Amino acid sequence: MSEVLVLVDTLVDGKVGKPTLELLTIARRLGEPVAVVFGEASGVTDVLASYGAERVVAVDDTEVREHLVAPKAEALSELVEKAGPDLAAVLLPSGGEGKEIAGRLAVRTGSGLITDAVDVQAGADGPVTTQSVFAGGYTVQARVTRGVPIVTVKPNSATPEQARGAGTVEAFRPTVSDAARGARITASAPRQASGRPELTEAAIVVSGGRGTGGNFEEVEAFADSLGAAVGASRAAVDSGWMPHAFQVGQTGKTVSPQLYVANGISGAIQHRAGMQTSKTIVAVNKDEEAPIFELVDFGVVGDLHTVLPAATEQVRQRKG
Amino acid sequence: MNIVVCVKHVPDATADRRFEDDGTVDRVGVDGLLSELDEYAVEQALQVRERLGDDSEVTVLSVGPQQAVDAIRKSLQMGADKGVHVVDDAIAGSDSVATSLVIAEAVRRIGAWDLVVCGMASTDGSMGVVPAMLAERLGVPALTLGSSVEVEGDIVRIRRDGDTATETVEATIPLVMSVTDQSGEARYPSFKGIMAAKKKPLETWSLADLGIGPEQVGLSAAWSVVQSTEARPPRTKGQVVTDEDGSGAAALVEFLASKKFV
Repeated sequence: MSEVLVLVDTLVDGKVGKPTLELLTIARRLGEPVAVVFGEASGVTDVLASYGAERVVAVDDTEVREHLVAPKAEALSELVEKAGPDLAAVLLPSGGEGKEIAGRLAVRTGSGLITDAVDVQAGADGPVTTQSVFAGGYTVQARVTRGVPIVTVKPNSATPEQARGAGTVEAFRPTVSDAARGARITASAPRQASGRPELTEAAIVVSGGRGTGGNFEEVEAFADSLGAAVGASRAAVDSGWMPHAFQVGQTGKTVSPQLYVANGISGAIQHRAGMQTSKTIVAVNKDEEAPIFELVDFGVVGDLHTVLPAATEQVRQRKG
Repeated sequence: MNIVVCVKHVPDATADRRFEDDGTVDRVGVDGLLSELDEYAVEQALQVRERLGDDSEVTVLSVGPQQAVDAIRKSLQMGADKGVHVVDDAIAGSDSVATSLVIAEAVRRIGAWDLVVCGMASTDGSMGVVPAMLAERLGVPALTLGSSVEVEGDIVRIRRDGDTATETVEATIPLVMSVTDQSGEARYPSFKGIMAAKKKPLETWSLADLGIGPEQVGLSAAWSVVQSTEARPPRTKGQVVTDEDGSGAAALVEFLASKKFV
């Protein structure tokens, strides 16, 4: 059976994230998963194996971690060459870094590239991907026709399923060119953990926009009552009320949760692009003409500053 | 410093965007404009030039059909010094790999460049991979997804707000940089800028000018193929209630409970 390389996303607190487990689950549809970890892999080998990794390649990252993206692309490119023509696909997480690695890898290996897949299935002529495009207005099915299919996959594209793989660990030391070492990371401030679910992985997302007036406490309290992640519109981020990492929309995160609650968000196309494929959409907005109401399964025309605290209290009561 | 800004002419996101029968984006039947995310790239290029205050020049480069010249004109009106438009029927339907090839060859032909500035992604394909591909092809460092930009001699430095950390990243020119919509509001063309743009040099290049064969680009040379496109059915508007004395919160929680979210 041919192999599938899976790039393991950057570990947070030394742990493997849910998107990586989704990638391994998808990889098993296409072949035998080989997990590629940059840095120390001993702490994560077992979980990778339990989701199907037959091999775990631990890449020595001493030449990699001080630099941006390019050395990782070179290391993966070496692994692709080593694997030979039998490689079924390379799967990467669809973040900023994953997509850039994928782009460079495509050029280096002469392979076709598909980004932001929301589903990948085995097909007669190689993996068939599904993408959601034009702000969620269209669904596109595509496949790679040259080289090794390189596919970046969005979070929440599969339900992780366990299946024990051998998990044989191999150390790999990549050759990193001088050119790839050109972009130097001179300072790094890790993001503070919020204790809430990751925005792109959460089953419920509660977002706030201009209508919060800069006070996100009510949005956050409602999110916490539902066990939800907190998001923000671009207007709220541009106003400096929330960090960019919380932005939902075309230039922020794309989310596709079971439930999306938009509070004080008008629903411009830029925002809709990031949440339109959510299963259930709810909005609270003072303006009954707000375009967000065209999308909702349920909407409340009202002031979020009174609606949300009351709703938070009632959810807490129901949950006991 | 010689700065090249890459801009794309895209279908208006607020218009009814659609696909052609061959699975490519309809770029003719839908009104187009300078991709909003590329305006930030133009802005940062102009700011670098202004801060240096020397004889630095900003060249705006676009690859695309005839109408793409509008995106170049808008950039010239904002303040770029000259324009290059690569237009060739054979380019239609090119994937990101081929597009990055055409841009790389055009940048080489512009010559003596120090800095290539791109937006973070287009607003149509929105893959966000071309800046990295371009750096790979040109063999230079890439500073991607910058939310602020600083130039100090030969060194360019950006702040990059990643998912797990905020980083400061720097590299020595020549290099490729991409900037996000957090990098600073783009300026509007002034009346003076609009008048001045009419006299600015604008060159049109074909694939032959770049030494690229038509078999290297276009839909038939794409390394991936669209098998099908399907319009998602529009969402049907659900119930909307008006809050009166707390009725809104009660109805909201009742709805969430009916869907088993509570």
